Amino acid sequence: MHTIRRTFGLPLLMLVVFGVLDWFFPKMFDLYIQTLIIYCGINMILAVSLNLVNGFTGQFSIGHAGFMAVGAYISAFLSVSFPNWAGPFINLNFFLNTVIGGLFAAVAGYCVGLPSLRLKGDYLAIVTLGFGEIIRVLLLNVDAVGGARGLYGIPKYSTLFWTLTWVFICCFTIVRLMRSTHGRAFLAVREDEIAAEAVGIPTTRYKVIAFVISAFFAGIAGSIFAHFLSYLNPSIFTFLKSFDVVVMVVLGGMGSISGSCVAAILITLLPEALRPLQEITKIDFRMILYSLTLIVLMLTKPQGLFGSLEISDLWKKYVRRSASN
Amino acid sequence: MSDVLLQTKDVSIRFGGLVCVSKFNLTVTRGELIGLIGPNGAGKTTVFNMLTGVYTPTSGDIRFLGEGTEGIPPCELSKRGISRTFQNIRLFKQLSVLDNIRIAAHQHTSYTLPEAVILSNRMLLQEKHILEKAFELLKIFNLGERAYEVAGCLPYGQQRRLEILRALATDPQLVLLDEPAAGMNHKETQALMETIGFIRAKFGITILLIEHDMKLVMGICERILVLDHGITICEGDPKKVQSDPKVIEAYLGTSQD
Amino acid sequence: MEEFLQHVINGVSLGSIYALIALGYTMVYGILQLINFAHSDVYMVGAFVGFYAARFLNIADSPSYTSFFTILLIAMAGCALLGFSIERFAYRPLRNAPRLNVLITAIGVSLFLEYTGQVVFGATPQLFPNILEDSIIFSFGGARVTKMDATILVTAVGLMIVLRHIIQNTLLGKAMRATSFNRHWASLMGISVDRIISMTFIIGSALAGAGAVLVGMKYPKIEPLMGVMIGLKAFVAAVLGGIGNIPGAVLGGLVIGIAEEFVVGYISSTYRDALAFSILIVILLFRPAGLLGRFSVEKV
Ligand SMILES: Nc1ncnc2c1ncn2[C@@H]1O[C@H](COP(=O)(O)OP(=O)(O)O)[C@@H](O)[C@H]1O
Ligand SMILES: [Mg+2]
Repeated sequence: MHTIRRTFGLPLLMLVVFGVLDWFFPKMFDLYIQTLIIYCGINMILAVSLNLVNGFTGQFSIGHAGFMAVGAYISAFLSVSFPNWAGPFINLNFFLNTVIGGLFAAVAGYCVGLPSLRLKGDYLAIVTLGFGEIIRVLLLNVDAVGGARGLYGIPKYSTLFWTLTWVFICCFTIVRLMRSTHGRAFLAVREDEIAAEAVGIPTTRYKVIAFVISAFFAGIAGSIFAHFLSYLNPSIFTFLKSFDVVVMVVLGGMGSISGSCVAAILITLLPEALRPLQEITKIDFRMILYSLTLIVLMLTKPQGLFGSLEISDLWKKYVRRSASN
Repeated sequence: MSDVLLQTKDVSIRFGGLVCVSKFNLTVTRGELIGLIGPNGAGKTTVFNMLTGVYTPTSGDIRFLGEGTEGIPPCELSKRGISRTFQNIRLFKQLSVLDNIRIAAHQHTSYTLPEAVILSNRMLLQEKHILEKAFELLKIFNLGERAYEVAGCLPYGQQRRLEILRALATDPQLVLLDEPAAGMNHKETQALMETIGFIRAKFGITILLIEHDMKLVMGICERILVLDHGITICEGDPKKVQSDPKVIEAYLGTSQD
Repeated sequence: MEEFLQHVINGVSLGSIYALIALGYTMVYGILQLINFAHSDVYMVGAFVGFYAARFLNIADSPSYTSFFTILLIAMAGCALLGFSIERFAYRPLRNAPRLNVLITAIGVSLFLEYTGQVVFGATPQLFPNILEDSIIFSFGGARVTKMDATILVTAVGLMIVLRHIIQNTLLGKAMRATSFNRHWASLMGISVDRIISMTFIIGSALAGAGAVLVGMKYPKIEPLMGVMIGLKAFVAAVLGGIGNIPGAVLGGLVIGIAEEFVVGYISSTYRDALAFSILIVILLFRPAGLLGRFSVEKV
């Protein structure tokens, strides 16, 4: 009994909470806000999962959009071509399609992780970028998913409930992993590969594992994205999308899960917040401001918002400081 | 025969065209404390790197517990019982002292990634076990109160000690110490010698030691190998080594000019 | 056969352009270990500098070698200035920051140039002025060498020879090599590292400017995002040859240019953009440091 509570207590509680929110939100907020929340959620999954590779394991991947594309296309293809293959329940179908999309992305992640056995640093980075681009070009050439025209008519299964649930699963999984010997192994790889090997950490194995898990969740995010937007186009998944995610990770602080979440929200909302400016001036300054902000942030706060600390650590620090005053 | 832990036969390595170590022969039996000395650049660290699988020898044969080590990655050798420290300390600098030790205990855990996520009983048990073990070790080395400090912020001497401790946390049979006393003053060196003696007594570990401090080496090693330009120029007990003219020429000659 | 020859000619012409741009990446990487993502946008700005200069000087419709060289020089100067400013204001303050920060800054600068370009130059493609009359110089077996291709090749090779001369034979080149070997030691030898880095950016960016004019002549549609793909491929070319290695960048550029031309000619143009990366991945699996790069065992 105790074990069951420990293992499933928090997840079950969260499911209930999300269910309630899902029922509640449409009554409270309009479609625009709901859309924003879902985009925030998708970006949170992307950022947190990339943080596992870039922040915790110290590898440098800039091909996250490729994994997202795999998950998006596979799950959307299933939903379009085999509607209700798993029975009459839409949500069950959606869940399974999403997981399958994630698994395909994970396989792609495995393939990308393999060269990391030999490549280091920038060489690895450019290979991840290349994989992302190759996936995109392949999608352009597969007629079954619409090629350059894109894939239309994807059912709009993504709800607030599913988005929040997957955000939770992603964060929960990674937080728990990081508190285990496996998490410490990721960190050891980041800190010093040679020392890690010397104390018995199979560094290559952990690099690949990091890539696989990270790609899996990117695929999940892709599926949610596809079933929200209801159409897909390969040009959505260029390396600029990958850059976006890298920026979130760095902005939030490498190795800080809560940092990634906050940064994902900021970066999703920033262009929206700047929308009035665009309406006044009739010129799209938003992306210029976005890039300028990025440069200035790097110049002034290179550690990102949180460094490698979590919100909870900052809170503790704050409490301690105010207590000692 | 079963007492032979490590045996190397004519091990050589080249980088580019340069021969760094040539025909290195060494047999280590269980329980020994062997010193490896030689002037700077003699190839001592390179020997360690070959023994631990970081470098692949160009030719020759290394056997640990009777099995060849060719092609075996360092992490696997560590699991088989070879552990080491580094000449220029390589701690996991941004992690806590405790985590440095717990990472070294990784090979004593067997729970899977999904188990880590659902917090299985096995996972909690093993985590508890390595936590206790880590604190036990930290206490022996008087680092208990520092457990939650960031390793990179420790004073230099403690970092060296922590690295030895980390090497021990893998439960090794053979420990390779690369200049453990480098940068230490006389008192710290003295304390370190005692610690090394203590480790041997308590854990029954075989040690291979690189050291520049002649006093330290002569004082605690039963057998010493002298390398110069990658060639073993002398091997024997401290007395023999001290009086060997070749050693005096190669070693003392270079260190006194 | 003639088709084959034609593809070789086109491939070499394209490859020499990739090589010019790749040089900028590789030089900066050699000295700062930075993937200068903004390089591709410096190239884009070069094209627009050429575009506006031709308009301003009223030579947009008077094709001649005088116009060509004028535009070439102006574009190179404009890019050099831009490259210098980027280094001075965005990268230099981060000289001792973690490499990732500089990389993100580079991405930021790249985005900034692209989006500013869209506002200033407009997002719709413009037509690069006709600054050089094209004609067939000679043809053998049906394969034609045009004046354009010959000019591109000669200009690119000429610039590479100049670069080689600078790096091998001048004091500046010596200082650059020393700095890329070890920045710290170089500064101890009395080399003003900051100045050398500035010069590296100036030279690399000028080459990108030249590349932009050459591309503009051959494929006259220019727009603010034109640098993205070609920049990526040029960077791949640099990595392929062994990043930081100057002959490697030229070799990589030619390999990718020719391979691309052949794939487009014989297979399908839709796979064009994936080709560079596929070649890169395959080659890196066998030579992890690129074609001419030296793979060294990390010293422990
Ligand atoms: N990875 C490597 N690549 C090239 N040369 C190396 C490498 N590792 C060691 N060496 C060379 O081997 C020689 C011996 O070095 P080392 O074993 O560190 O000497 P020491 O006896 O002082 O520990 C040195 O000349 C060093 O430059
Ligand atoms: Mg040494």
